[in-house]
Amino acid sequence: MSEKSFDRRTLLVSAGLSTMAGISAAASGKSTGWVERLLKRRFVELSDARREEILTELEEACRVKYGRDDITVTDTPALDGVEFAYGLDLSRCVGCRRCVYSCVHENNQSRDPQIQWIRVLEMKKDHGIDFAESNVYYDPDEVPEPDSFYVPVACQQCRQPACTKVCPVKATWQEPDGIVVIDSDWCLGCRCCMSACPYGARHFNWTEPRIATEEINPDTHIFGNRLRPNGVVEKCTFCIHRTRKGRYPACVEICPVGARKFGNLLDEAGEMRYLMREKRVFVLKEELNTRPRFYYFYAT
Amino acid sequence: MERPTGSDLVNSDQEKLLPGSSSLAILLIVFLSISMLILFSIVRGGVGHVAEGDGGRQAFGPAEISGVEFDGELLPGIEEATTGPDQGEFLVPPPPWSESGYFPCTECHADLDLNPEPRVLEEMHDDIELNHGPSDRWCLDCHNPDDRDVLRLINGRLITFDESYLLCGQCHGTIFRDWRQGIHGRRQGYWNGGKSYLLCAHCHDPHAPAFHAITPLPPPVRPQFLARTAQEEAQEAPHE
Repeated sequence: MSEKSFDRRTLLVSAGLSTMAGISAAASGKSTGWVERLLKRRFVELSDARREEILTELEEACRVKYGRDDITVTDTPALDGVEFAYGLDLSRCVGCRRCVYSCVHENNQSRDPQIQWIRVLEMKKDHGIDFAESNVYYDPDEVPEPDSFYVPVACQQCRQPACTKVCPVKATWQEPDGIVVIDSDWCLGCRCCMSACPYGARHFNWTEPRIATEEINPDTHIFGNRLRPNGVVEKCTFCIHRTRKGRYPACVEICPVGARKFGNLLDEAGEMRYLMREKRVFVLKEELNTRPRFYYFYAT
Repeated sequence: MERPTGSDLVNSDQEKLLPGSSSLAILLIVFLSISMLILFSIVRGGVGHVAEGDGGRQAFGPAEISGVEFDGELLPGIEEATTGPDQGEFLVPPPPWSESGYFPCTECHADLDLNPEPRVLEEMHDDIELNHGPSDRWCLDCHNPDDRDVLRLINGRLITFDESYLLCGQCHGTIFRDWRQGIHGRRQGYWNGGKSYLLCAHCHDPHAPAFHAITPLPPPVRPQFLARTAQEEAQEAPHE
């Protein structure tokens, strides 16, 4: 008897909620995913049709907000049999920061207040790898300086990411191809993930991100470089909108010394497997057991 | 009225003493926290803490940077090499000097007598700085004396400038192997499809191959200078 009434109650509540949701969705039409948030259903759990609708709504919102009608928001899924990995040749990197600005250009980061996903640490050869002694604000006339080497750090796309574990609403997770993504619609802005990340790879939008309309990269992915709202965390996604279509990330292509390598870790003949076999490879903060997919190596 | 006993006196003294000590403790805590605050503001927050002339005072965006092509076009043919019949081919742009007007070399050299003596070049090619390996290196180590439009390997095989990597690979074998595997050098295109390689000479001047230092792009803005100024906020307020 009690079971039956419980069932009816659930039925009534959910029916009421969906009606309410349906009405408000039809009425407002602009608060993307609002219905799903109310019903606690996440973007990845939705039907293809509803996902398509949400993407269209996001594109429409960009059109209204930024006045550009060529912005596309996609949800390209992970490719089968692909696990991305990244290689960075410390013996080649000259610390020129081309990658930093290429990343900003590609991924629609806020220009002011400034957000940069890649930070290039200058370290002294005497000290070796020493985060406490490193300097990101170096500004000589020419790089590389003879007594320094440079360690660019962005998201390490860990296999055991601390950031996804601490998220109270599961707004960030690891995709099948290894990319750790954030759903900006679900992010509360509690910044727990930022304090959990040992690499400082996550960045917070303290204000409405500011980016000139003509500087927007219109090719966006819902979990990657889409235009973010105020109060959410963002991070490197290996240029998810490019790499899932086969392209190299933007930082790989801009690097003037070719220090940046990218590929599929599961491809035996690929460049990532070659460099892991042949070169001296290490990961940052190995002792934390985050097991990064971002490998630093010395090719010489 | 009964006189208070000795023990009562002690107790009342303690009762008097207690409030005094706790207020002292509170004062101490307040004093400590204020001094800590001052200390923190000196150590971290101060704009003046950043030395004059140090970078990171201003936020730069990609649009303010000149001389770097952020929207670089891929080489034509890469899309075809990804999906078309030539799948998996690597494309290489033409050798770097091909538009400088020197080529073909035989235009001049066909009529010149061969002088194999190392010497200082004065009439032509005086802009070439030769700083590559041993000091007795000379042009004809790599350039073919009989037909200057091609290069010559040590085994006598003649190659075009498009294949100059074979020449470099004679000495730089490990780098050559890395380059073929995609570990050395810059490439663009598709990680799972067509991509473009560069020739050694695109990045390294073959006559003086050491990599030159370059100007770094501006450093990130320091947290002290990150906040927008009140004026900027006020300007933006009407829009929101």
